[in-house]
Amino acid sequence: MVERSPILNLISQLLLFLGLLSALLPFAIIAIAASHDLRTVNEVPMPLTPGPYFWDNIVEAWNRADLGPKIVNSIVFAAGVALGKVFIAALTAFSIVYFRYWGKMVVFWAIFITLMLPLEVRIVPTYAVAANVLSPYQALLDISGITWLVRQATGIEIALKWGLLNSYTGLILPLIATATGTFLYRQFFLTLPDELTEAARMDGAGAIRFFFDVLLPLSRTNMAALGTIMFVWAWNQYLWPLLVTTDAAHGTAVTQLKELIPQTNGTPDWHIAMAGTLIVMLPPLVVVIFMQRWFVRGLVAAEK
Amino acid sequence: MAEVAIRGVHKSYNKVPTVHGVDLSIADGEFVVLLGPSGCGKSTLLRMIAGLEEITAGEIAIDGTVVNALEPRERGCAMVFQNYALYPHMTVAENIGYALKVAGTRKPERRARVAAVAQSLGIAELLDRKPGTLSGGQRQRVAIGRAMIREPKVFLFDEPLSNLDAKLRAQMRIEIRRLHQRLGVTSVFVTHDQVEAMTLADRLVVLNHGRIEQIGTPTEVYRRPASRFVAGFIGAPAMNFLTGTLAADGRIAIGSGAGTPVTIGVRPDEIQLLDAPLKGTLDFEIELVEELGTGQVFYGRSGEMEMTVMRNGGGEAALPRSGQRLFLKIPMTCVHLFEVESGRRIDLPPSRLAAE
Repeated sequence: MVERSPILNLISQLLLFLGLLSALLPFAIIAIAASHDLRTVNEVPMPLTPGPYFWDNIVEAWNRADLGPKIVNSIVFAAGVALGKVFIAALTAFSIVYFRYWGKMVVFWAIFITLMLPLEVRIVPTYAVAANVLSPYQALLDISGITWLVRQATGIEIALKWGLLNSYTGLILPLIATATGTFLYRQFFLTLPDELTEAARMDGAGAIRFFFDVLLPLSRTNMAALGTIMFVWAWNQYLWPLLVTTDAAHGTAVTQLKELIPQTNGTPDWHIAMAGTLIVMLPPLVVVIFMQRWFVRGLVAAEK
Repeated sequence: MAEVAIRGVHKSYNKVPTVHGVDLSIADGEFVVLLGPSGCGKSTLLRMIAGLEEITAGEIAIDGTVVNALEPRERGCAMVFQNYALYPHMTVAENIGYALKVAGTRKPERRARVAAVAQSLGIAELLDRKPGTLSGGQRQRVAIGRAMIREPKVFLFDEPLSNLDAKLRAQMRIEIRRLHQRLGVTSVFVTHDQVEAMTLADRLVVLNHGRIEQIGTPTEVYRRPASRFVAGFIGAPAMNFLTGTLAADGRIAIGSGAGTPVTIGVRPDEIQLLDAPLKGTLDFEIELVEELGTGQVFYGRSGEMEMTVMRNGGGEAALPRSGQRLFLKIPMTCVHLFEVESGRRIDLPPSRLAAE
């Protein structure tokens, strides 16, 4: 179904160009707005030519929102989530594909069902667990009456507590499970010939050896693809960092953008907000550009 | 080096039996070929020796030790796979040396042994390449090198040549045979290719439907096939089977007659092709002629029966064409007799046959 005619080519090129234009236009407006001063940016209509204050606005946004440490936080958070997901998903898929054990299908479907439960749906229980990781166990002890028994017997009140709020662990750990990633690996592992596993067994490699020496190196492109997607996803997270980091020291760049949005009765300094947005957009863009070569290969086809 | 004893081995997949009680003992240093059509259980048997499949019942002993419960690496076997199964992300040297790396051999020793193995297989200049850049024959050599480096007690080959083209296959066959002569390691080779089997084997094991049909040297299996299945499976073109009878005095007759009904087998190259009828000859109408260079194969029918006849030599002038009528003489000293029901071979003393 590959048809080649000059008119068709022209039309498809035109359509692609229109698509590109409509995708890039908002970014252009952000960049232009970030280059004007307060008066020009609030003119109606806003001029569509760049002004001379771009660098000043960037510096102002950086300082006002304290973006330096926030971007470091964001990088730690996003990289932690991405690496965690890449590793946990590989390990989970390894277990699902290569081992036969009781309850394997239950595990498989449990993972599958989490696809239908994104973070926003389970935010309250997830927050409760992050606030005290041991709370489910505490609940078990309370319900089974062990707490009561121990109190009666010894007078000691059992109260398990391990809070993760306002820490990198709390930001990262609850987000590193990923069904999507697990399935990406699963599909890849299923394409590998069984003989490879058998050859490794004949060579004397155990399961862990096989995982690290054969499976992980072979899934490099998958890891790059998954890592990139998940880095961008984590970078853009708003709700979770907002809930978990009440202490400003652990805030991420994306939640910090809120600080730059003009208040209802404040100065309408949108040029600063736009400049801040540009800064915060930059790191994931760099990651995508840097990883693009690997990323596409991982999604398109398995390396033979 | 070791002998392998297979005693009453059964294999079932989900209660469906695929291997039904195989007994086989392989002597130290012997080259045994398991031959059979696809689905006959030959690969399963090999994989049970390797430890890649569990043994449902019976036992396998290598070098006197029962290995049923042992992991593949503890059995001292090395295997060469049909699709090579090289690790695509490792160089040839890493592929060959991986077993040593897993075993914790130090790097200098590992490098020396990899170099020695590569040298002996003629792949020394490929050591830094990745498998993806190698040809089929080179990959197969690397796979053999990977098996050799472990200095195994038993070599297992799972149809290793079936992915190669015909010329390379013949060449690798000779190389594998040479390798066996040099190393003298007990080897088990699985194939469905009878030429491969005949040329490689010290002893041939013909399998069908998960049972051993016959064990013997290639000559024995070809000259005295133990069953109709073996007779039809070994030899190309395949043996002709005619219905006939065996009288009490040992006289064999083609077609119906007095006596026990039997299946008469006769190889296409043992039938004589005649221009004129003699006593006891059969009519033969040629339908197809295949020119082999060294001879011709004629496909045709004799009455109701399909027959294949092979003739060696033969000048162009005398070449019979399709549609031509000729006459066949079947020398009764060359025929093989099989029971109609069971397909087992009926052995008659040659003297009685010659009396015909």
